[in-house]
Amino acid sequence: MTEQYAVEDKQFCCHGCQTVYQVLSENKLCSYYNYNVHPGATRSRIDKRFDYLNEPSIVSELIDYKDDRVTIVTFYIPHIHCSSCLWLLEQLNRINPAIHYCRVDFLKKQLNIRFDHQKLSLQQLVELLYDIGYEPLISLQDIIKKQNSAVKDNLVSKIAVAGFCFGNVMLLSFPEYFGITSYEHSFKYFFGILNVLICIPVVLYSGWGYFVSAWQNLRNRVLNIDFPLALGIAVLFIRSVTEVLTRSGAGFADTLCGLVFFLLVGKFVQKKTYHHISFERDYRSFFPVAVHILDNGMEKPIPLSQLHIHHRMVIRHNEIIPADAILLKGNALVDFSFVTGEAVPVSKTLGEIIYAGGRQTGEAIELEVVKPVSQSYLTQLWNNEAFIRKQDNRMQTFNEKVSKYFTIVLLLIAFSSLFFWLPTDYKRGFAAFTAVLIVACPCALALSTPFTMSAALSVFDRNLFYLKNTAVVEQLASIDTIVFDKTGTITTGDNSCVKIEASLTEGQKQLVYSVCINSIHPLCRMIYHYLGGIERLPVSKYSEIPGKGILATVDKHQLRIGSSKLVLGYPEEKAAYSTNVHLLIDEVYQGYFAFEHHYREGMDKISALEPSLNLHLLSGDQDHERLELVKFFKDPTRLHFNQSPQDKLEFIESLQGSGYKVMMIGDGLNDSGALKQSDLGVAITDNVNNFSPGSDAILDGRSFNKLPAFLRFSKDTVKIIHFSFLISLTYNLIGLSYAVTGNLSPLIAAILMPVSTVTIISFTSIATHLAAKQRKLL
Amino acid sequence: MSIIYFLIGCSLLLAICFLAAFFWAQRTGQNEDLHTPSMRILLDDEDENDAEK
Repeated sequence: MTEQYAVEDKQFCCHGCQTVYQVLSENKLCSYYNYNVHPGATRSRIDKRFDYLNEPSIVSELIDYKDDRVTIVTFYIPHIHCSSCLWLLEQLNRINPAIHYCRVDFLKKQLNIRFDHQKLSLQQLVELLYDIGYEPLISLQDIIKKQNSAVKDNLVSKIAVAGFCFGNVMLLSFPEYFGITSYEHSFKYFFGILNVLICIPVVLYSGWGYFVSAWQNLRNRVLNIDFPLALGIAVLFIRSVTEVLTRSGAGFADTLCGLVFFLLVGKFVQKKTYHHISFERDYRSFFPVAVHILDNGMEKPIPLSQLHIHHRMVIRHNEIIPADAILLKGNALVDFSFVTGEAVPVSKTLGEIIYAGGRQTGEAIELEVVKPVSQSYLTQLWNNEAFIRKQDNRMQTFNEKVSKYFTIVLLLIAFSSLFFWLPTDYKRGFAAFTAVLIVACPCALALSTPFTMSAALSVFDRNLFYLKNTAVVEQLASIDTIVFDKTGTITTGDNSCVKIEASLTEGQKQLVYSVCINSIHPLCRMIYHYLGGIERLPVSKYSEIPGKGILATVDKHQLRIGSSKLVLGYPEEKAAYSTNVHLLIDEVYQGYFAFEHHYREGMDKISALEPSLNLHLLSGDQDHERLELVKFFKDPTRLHFNQSPQDKLEFIESLQGSGYKVMMIGDGLNDSGALKQSDLGVAITDNVNNFSPGSDAILDGRSFNKLPAFLRFSKDTVKIIHFSFLISLTYNLIGLSYAVTGNLSPLIAAILMPVSTVTIISFTSIATHLAAKQRKLL
Repeated sequence: MSIIYFLIGCSLLLAICFLAAFFWAQRTGQNEDLHTPSMRILLDDEDENDAEK
């Protein structure tokens, strides 16, 4: 790897980067290198694997729009990360004039391209992107996602209308509150009519969603908070219209508009979108769209859906094996990090079954499919009912629980005040009835949860813990059991530090390096990576005994590298805390290489959470780390090894069956079932832009040690919600004391509503901030 | 004081114009990507002479 890549006076790390420079310089796009120090990705691999983009059936699913001249397509390009990326990708038309237009959406990491498909095929376009270092991620779910994204709500427009009306109605109501002299009475009527007219779009457009939702919930026999809200809006509107038309009062137009406006803002705050994170990924989002098969000796691409048993597929370097298959030809060195989190590639021998989800590294291999894509060891997990069932088993939020009782009590008070006044003064009765519904309209209650939760969400966000939505915070607070996956979750991705427990001379190191580089065993690979680029000596004799080690002769020295049984002749004592590879040179024992498992920082803090939380471990591996893990999981019966993806799912289910609220923390596709089944699935990843399985929350590995603080903070936020509920109840009681007498003036309603809203918003944001400070999260 | 009727009419009309402008921006997707334009503006237009070198 010491070859030099240079053009003119410029040095490059690989042939790929050199090509990028040549393409750019030919087209006078060298400013790319001026904006940032290291733009783009290293391009040290070159292969062509986009032939499938010639298949019309695949193309038609990928593109957004096509007519006889132009095609519009949107690619997701994970590598977009700096202004150089943006600049280059928007100058593609200078590299190829067939590209008419390209626009980057930086946060979504998307590139929208309009091009002339008569001069440039989709395949050529993707290859161009690949050649300049921006390979688009084309996956199956991409296609599906596009079809689902058609539904769009217009919350922002609704807020705009409500805000517009709120502002105008406020201004028009001021004269009424400040007093209108008797000779200006004609204005009073005019303002009233105008207010009512302005309210109409607020009720019929902005607030309409509350009526729909309340009606749907009533039909399902559920009383949620939307019912009293819809009732409040309706009563406010009807009473305002009657008061203005009968000239008996000024109406509550400003309260109505303010109510709807604040409610919608609360809704808006609650909806936090992470453009760069997807919580809904499953195997389809990283499986390829197409695969190459051998048909009568000819390679041809077919869509994954047409892949059947007995097809012979060709998998190249860095491609994913999409179905369980038998290895027929080539050296398979498969990286299962997507599936298990294990970063070290596994070598497979001819005739062995390779499970779907592995990524081949090295040369091209040929495999025969033994199971269709949807039935393979990994993907059949998605046939489990946990993935089909809608998520209604999740916990009820505090808001949902309270609003049921709130509504009943509210209706009781309203009707009793109506019947109290009805015999004596029916006008006063109706006034009291409507006033109760107006004043007790749970605006502050409806706002307390969204504002607390969105403040909490941004605290989590700052600490690299990304939650899918605000309800997850409450779920987090009620967790009493945590289940961990092992590899990649509590051990870090590139685990195992190598330590030499031997004093080797440079010459001896060279011998070991020359032997190990011949082997594809993971431990050997780690040894030669550790020893680094030493000159390689020719090996005269070499034999590898699977599962034991290597016997070799290099430069007239005999080497034995491997297990203690092979090297020393007796098995290792069980107590060892690390995996050891022993070394014997010319019959002299030199010592060993120790591979220590590296656990994530903060594991000890998490084990301190017991006994208030139950901790469990689920691992797909053998139990050779049992002794080390007992340190963290005090009860040895809570360590479960040799768990298949299905076992993991069932284990979570059985815990839930005994009444536990389970949080699952995992990182690979093999945890997907357990993540989905659990009450709160957290995917842990070392780079949020990388693949992570579908979950409720994504945790950056760097923040793993903050997990106990996250749990405590979530409990704090729930307390804050409870307290703000009390505050809003107090305001309701004050309002009700006026309302039941039937003497509610529009001024009091107009003051009470914004004041209570502002109190709640400021209380929740300040309290959340303080709680986060206390837990050292800010 | 009947000029108030006219003034209020004018102010409402003006406000509705702004609301309509906002709706138009929303519908044509101008608010969809609020981040990228802020980066785009910092990139210099290339000087043609410079590029010819």
